[in-house]
Amino acid sequence: MSQQIQVSGLDAYYGKHKAIEDISMTIDPQSITAFIGPSGCGKSTFLRTLNRMHEVIPGARVEGKVLLDGEDLYAADVEPVSVRRMIGMVFQRPNPFPTMSIYENVAAGLRLNGRYAKSEVDGIVEDSLKGSNLWNEVKDRLNKPGAGLSGGQQQRLCIARAIAVKPEVLLMDEPCSALDPISTLAIEDLMAELKSKFTIIIVTHNMQQAARVSDRTAFFNLAGQGQPGRVIEMDDTSRIFTNPAQKATEDYITGRFG
Amino acid sequence: MTAIQHPRVQRPGIRRISAGRRFKDRFVQALVYLSFAIAVVPLVAVLWMVISNGLARFDMEFLTHSMRNIGAREIGGGAYHAILGTLEQVLLASLISIPVGLLTAIYLVEYGRGGRLSRAISFFVDVMTGIPSVVSGLFILAFWILALGMPFSGFAGALALSILMMPTVVRSAEEMLLLVPNDLREASYALGVPKWRTIVKVVLPTAFTGIVTGVMLAIARVTGETAPLLLTVFFTDSINSDPLNGPQMGLPLYVFDQAGRPTDAAIDRAWAGALTLILIVMLLNLVARLIGWWRSPSRGR
Ligand SMILES: Nc1ncnc2c1ncn2[C@@H]1O[C@H](COP(=O)(O)OP(=O)(O)OP(=O)(O)O)[C@@H](O)[C@H]1O
Ligand SMILES: [Mg+2]
Repeated sequence: MSQQIQVSGLDAYYGKHKAIEDISMTIDPQSITAFIGPSGCGKSTFLRTLNRMHEVIPGARVEGKVLLDGEDLYAADVEPVSVRRMIGMVFQRPNPFPTMSIYENVAAGLRLNGRYAKSEVDGIVEDSLKGSNLWNEVKDRLNKPGAGLSGGQQQRLCIARAIAVKPEVLLMDEPCSALDPISTLAIEDLMAELKSKFTIIIVTHNMQQAARVSDRTAFFNLAGQGQPGRVIEMDDTSRIFTNPAQKATEDYITGRFG
Repeated sequence: MTAIQHPRVQRPGIRRISAGRRFKDRFVQALVYLSFAIAVVPLVAVLWMVISNGLARFDMEFLTHSMRNIGAREIGGGAYHAILGTLEQVLLASLISIPVGLLTAIYLVEYGRGGRLSRAISFFVDVMTGIPSVVSGLFILAFWILALGMPFSGFAGALALSILMMPTVVRSAEEMLLLVPNDLREASYALGVPKWRTIVKVVLPTAFTGIVTGVMLAIARVTGETAPLLLTVFFTDSINSDPLNGPQMGLPLYVFDQAGRPTDAAIDRAWAGALTLILIVMLLNLVARLIGWWRSPSRGR
């Protein structure tokens, strides 16, 4: 099951510094949404507010509402941990657990959260590795350390780890920025497949990638130097890349940006 | 057409290593080797002295007998009571200071994060690091034995040792925890793992090898302490396997005691005691290495 996300009037702070301001958007289930925008405009910050990872940073806080199928993730009685189980995340830098084998890495989300029968875990690990197109490369060395894989393989391992806990939504923060074109393509194909099961949000600096994989695109920008970031425009990807409503969006996409 | 005049700029080209630099390189290299040799001399000398003098009495009798009913002039006797005492005292000290030290380090790194309380704790840990070992013995003597009226015992010695051990454990564990990349904590949180499980299952295992090394160094350090024991476990020539009651012996105390007696037999026993002490410490280090190797991710289980 994948679910709809509705954000309204969201601000996020690092201590006193307001990083993003007044963000509202609706993200459809079973779709891929791309966030684009210049460096430092708050794409990662916003992404992390969606699964309550923002508040992990000391002094960081969030104001506003994020609704997952109508339920407010920031309601007072919501456990952040349960939110993160439903909304998984893949980071810019691959970060497999160095003390764990490939198998243990994929199983980490299950094993650290509860008791599962070995046979059940085996099945989930295999499915997740197949789901992230890594199975054929690692099936003979599941007990080798996860850190011994190549960067692209590590990133797919991290995707397998994230989908193993069967989240509703998958957040990906520049998942391909450290990867070669072939691994990038593998991950893009993977996203297209995963779309049928998850709601996917991807941050990317690669315009072609956003255009290739996403259904909708949001363009983020700073209101000005030292100001918080905002969503300038959000629309169907085809529209954003052919006929954006805002001049700033067009300038950014065509590379005529400061 | 006039030729364009380029300003003369010094371009960095490929240069040959000059004789002067070659000499300097050799010279510094020699200096480094020399200082290494100088640093190793005392180590080798100590080991040599202890082994060559200690072997004379390092026998089964030494390892299995106490000094009960053996006068200073008599040959024979052993350090069984001291070995037993040292093992019990160090074990107790470890049981006290490793959990406390580890939990303190976890608080400082994972929860305190530069708050007022954690800065205060940090400060006092630094102060504790500087406590001379005699003072820790004196403190336990004054507080535990004189003020509270507890008997001389191995446990009192363990208390004094744990005062010395705790700050070392805190500092080394803290450093190792700080080395764990934040990415790993975030990866774990993002899987919906609660903070405490993240610490137990991700952070501690990642820092495990380093923490074990630090803890073993702390144990090795207190194993050789004499002064705190002198004031807290007192002396005995008999076997006392109960660390909670009555005077015990410790290997450093044994060495100190025997070395102060004016006969060859006693001096030989002191050397053998020193050898035993060094062997115990080396064994501990070996165990630490083995644990580190056993847990290292590169071993590829
Ligand atoms: N941990 C942090 N502490 C304080 N400020 C931060 C922190 N992380 C980000 N910021 C600030 O928040 C703002 C938004 O940063 P963010 O990382 O969200 O940008 P971004 O759009 O993801 O940039 P990039 O494309 O380079 O990844 C920046 O001004 C940044 O300096
Ligand atoms: Mg970012």
